[in-house]
Amino acid sequence: MSAKETSAPWLAGTALAIAAWWLAYGHLAALSAAAVRLSGVDPGTPLGSALDFFVFESPKVLLLLAIIVFFMGIVQTFVSPERTRAILSGRRLGIGNVLAAGLGVVTPFCSCSAIPLFIGFLQAGVPLGVTFSFLISAPMVNEVALTLLFGLLGWKVAGLYLALGLTVAVVSGLVIGHLGMEDSLEDWVRALQHSPASGGTSEAPRTWAERIRAGLAHDREIVGKVWPYILLGVGVGAGIHGYVPQNFMAAFMGKNVWWAVPAAVLIGVPMYSNAAGIIPVVQALLAKGAALGTVLAFMMSVIALSAPEMIILRKVLKPRLIAVFAGVVAAGILLVGYVFNAVL
Amino acid sequence: MKNIKVLGTGCANCKAALKLIGDVAKAQGVEIALEKVEDMAAIVGYGVLSTPGVVVDGKVVHAGGVPSREKVLGWLA
Repeated sequence: MSAKETSAPWLAGTALAIAAWWLAYGHLAALSAAAVRLSGVDPGTPLGSALDFFVFESPKVLLLLAIIVFFMGIVQTFVSPERTRAILSGRRLGIGNVLAAGLGVVTPFCSCSAIPLFIGFLQAGVPLGVTFSFLISAPMVNEVALTLLFGLLGWKVAGLYLALGLTVAVVSGLVIGHLGMEDSLEDWVRALQHSPASGGTSEAPRTWAERIRAGLAHDREIVGKVWPYILLGVGVGAGIHGYVPQNFMAAFMGKNVWWAVPAAVLIGVPMYSNAAGIIPVVQALLAKGAALGTVLAFMMSVIALSAPEMIILRKVLKPRLIAVFAGVVAAGILLVGYVFNAVL
Repeated sequence: MKNIKVLGTGCANCKAALKLIGDVAKAQGVEIALEKVEDMAAIVGYGVLSTPGVVVDGKVVHAGGVPSREKVLGWLA
């Protein structure tokens, strides 16, 4: 239907939109400062400092998210789950885990399709350990988390999160693979292993017009869903910035509190927030003396070890494998927390 | 009459896809048999990797995300 549609107007429109974006992003600091001045609140007061944070950070983060999610939407038109499966099929442990963790970042993934994807991978001969590397990396290392980390904490922390998230995914998948736990799949899943499924692909976009439209649709879907969480998160963060005393968090979440990392991981498990709501709060905690390792461990636990996801996975995994999965990932996250607190 | 199945376990996108197909069919005055498949083994049996999936007369035509209105119109034609 869109074969006749030409891509040129879409490409021109995209270029124009990016220019407008650049202009807005470049003038954000001046605009937000002017807005705070207009409000008449003294920037020296707690309220002023909270307002300043909120008025600057929330549009900044939303702008960053809009552009990055748009480009991810375009990237994802090149990397469908079907293509990822074809790449991973028959790979051995090791290189397969590295590929799976990397593809987990760019392949479109929604936790509600975790099960069909899990089974589809096993059917196509993707080893269990490699499949787990994908399943751990896909939700944990995603563009929303990375964008917020970049926007609020800088590229170094975003880079560290990316590297450590991938490492946890690769190593956990390797461990699960080497344990040879295929017998802990539910029986109906085992019966399906290595039984190539019939077809089941939808046609992928081909023209740039279609790809750009996919990017816009991705924006609508992701940013349209997470913006209230971001405003809420930045609001709570702003409150912490304004009203929580300096170094207040050091006593609970500081470097020298040995139990802080496991406590952070435990508290994170029942919490099921998307990265969008949690990162602005995390940023504010850091500013009040919390240690980076503890905070990163908390974030990873909230995102990667969620109770609802375990319940979904229970349909395909026997309890023993769920326990091993949770245990291995939790151990990886703990290690990340302790190493960070020791090194930085 | 076309038989259209929406495969999915009740995520927001699956419900949106089901509603969209129903609405478009109504607006076009096309009669269809629309069902929702929630049984995991059945969904997996169609070989889709991401939900919602859409099956028209036994053939998978879509997987992952809410389909566009034009796409739905194409299935009904």
